Amino acid sequence: MAMIKVHGHHLSTATRLVLCCLEEKQVDYELAFVDLSAGDHKQPQYLALNPFGVVPSIQDGDLTLFESRAVIKYLATKYRGQGTELLGNNVSEQALVDQWCEVEGQSFNPPASTILFQTFVVPIKGGRTDEAVVKMNVEKVVKVLDIYEERLSKSKYLAGDFFSLADLQHLPCTEYLINGCGKGDVISSRKHVKAWWKDISSRPVEESH
Amino acid sequence: MAKIKVHGLPFSSCTARVLACLNEKQVEYELIPVNARAGDHKKPQYLSLNPFGLFPALEDGCLTLFESRAIIKYLAKKYEGQGCPNLLGSTVEEEAVVEQWCEVESHHFNPPCYALVSQIIINPLKGGTTDEAVVESNAEKLSRVLDVYEDRLSKSKYLAGDWFSLADLQHMPFLHYLVNDVGKATLISSRKHVNAWWEDISSRPAWKKIAVHMKFPSK
Repeated sequence: MAMIKVHGHHLSTATRLVLCCLEEKQVDYELAFVDLSAGDHKQPQYLALNPFGVVPSIQDGDLTLFESRAVIKYLATKYRGQGTELLGNNVSEQALVDQWCEVEGQSFNPPASTILFQTFVVPIKGGRTDEAVVKMNVEKVVKVLDIYEERLSKSKYLAGDFFSLADLQHLPCTEYLINGCGKGDVISSRKHVKAWWKDISSRPVEESH
Repeated sequence: MAKIKVHGLPFSSCTARVLACLNEKQVEYELIPVNARAGDHKKPQYLSLNPFGLFPALEDGCLTLFESRAIIKYLAKKYEGQGCPNLLGSTVEEEAVVEQWCEVESHHFNPPCYALVSQIIINPLKGGTTDEAVVESNAEKLSRVLDVYEDRLSKSKYLAGDWFSLADLQHMPFLHYLVNDVGKATLISSRKHVNAWWEDISSRPAWKKIAVHMKFPSK
């Protein structure tokens, strides 16, 4: 059987999310490098895989998929029974996984990725980081993390007492916030968020990236 | 068995999304209005259901859920055997394609739509003004997204394939606002396949019952 092919960039958070999931599920894959600085993602060959011209996309036999959060759900479903279980054990648990996945996508990721964009992408394009925008988005992240603190004071992981896609989804962006943007204090100043982060970021799969 | 309770408001896009799914799955429910003007959604009683203080929240026996896109997935799975079939497809691959177009709605379609509704409807309701530059740039972003949809829907009757799914349903509240409330109907009507898709999905009986209540309150 052909290996899953991931078209992406090793520094992109969305690509890293898919790779992390593949590793958790112990699935072999091949990473095909998409040169973002050369604009490869806007060329017809890549747009045939992902018409929105963003990374990553995957090919699994006849199936082509994009949107990293949909890709990881597919992997977690297709590979139930191998590697780490990531979806919960019944319909109610899966609903809680989906709920906290949506929280990441709707409430955590927008301000967090804006901070990353200002810190990493703007200078590469010759601009200057807008500190007011960073500050405003740090405040938004903090409000979300206050809710996480409350949740994680009652539950070891976001969806319940099991590690799931909802926790996994937070890994790439949070790692950059702490290690690249110097915003580690938003995590370390919250007791339960800190413990959760220490746990999920020390999983063998995550440490290898 | 106790009925499902939905806490929210009928004109809220996210509440409408959940109600449309309940209708499609022929599930009885009780809508409990939340007094947003009185700020009830930011008070402890509501925050215990949805700590983000947003609409809607759903109670189904012991389970409380928020985030409309997660709720509709739950309903589609729990009630697989009744109402509209295959809202999540009938195979792992079909489900993946549904999830993909759900994520497209969430991250490509929703942000510019939300910006348009905020600027054109919500700001004036709150006594603020419409920023025309923000309107123009988001209308442009949305146009680019709808160009992709036009191409997709020229090859496929619905977004995930040839069957109506959660991916189509997820779009309906903001499509409704675009066409009816923010004066951007031409974004839809000028695209042959997008328009045909909207005409089809908005004529579903389950949706029409919701659409009549989707009126913003006056000042």
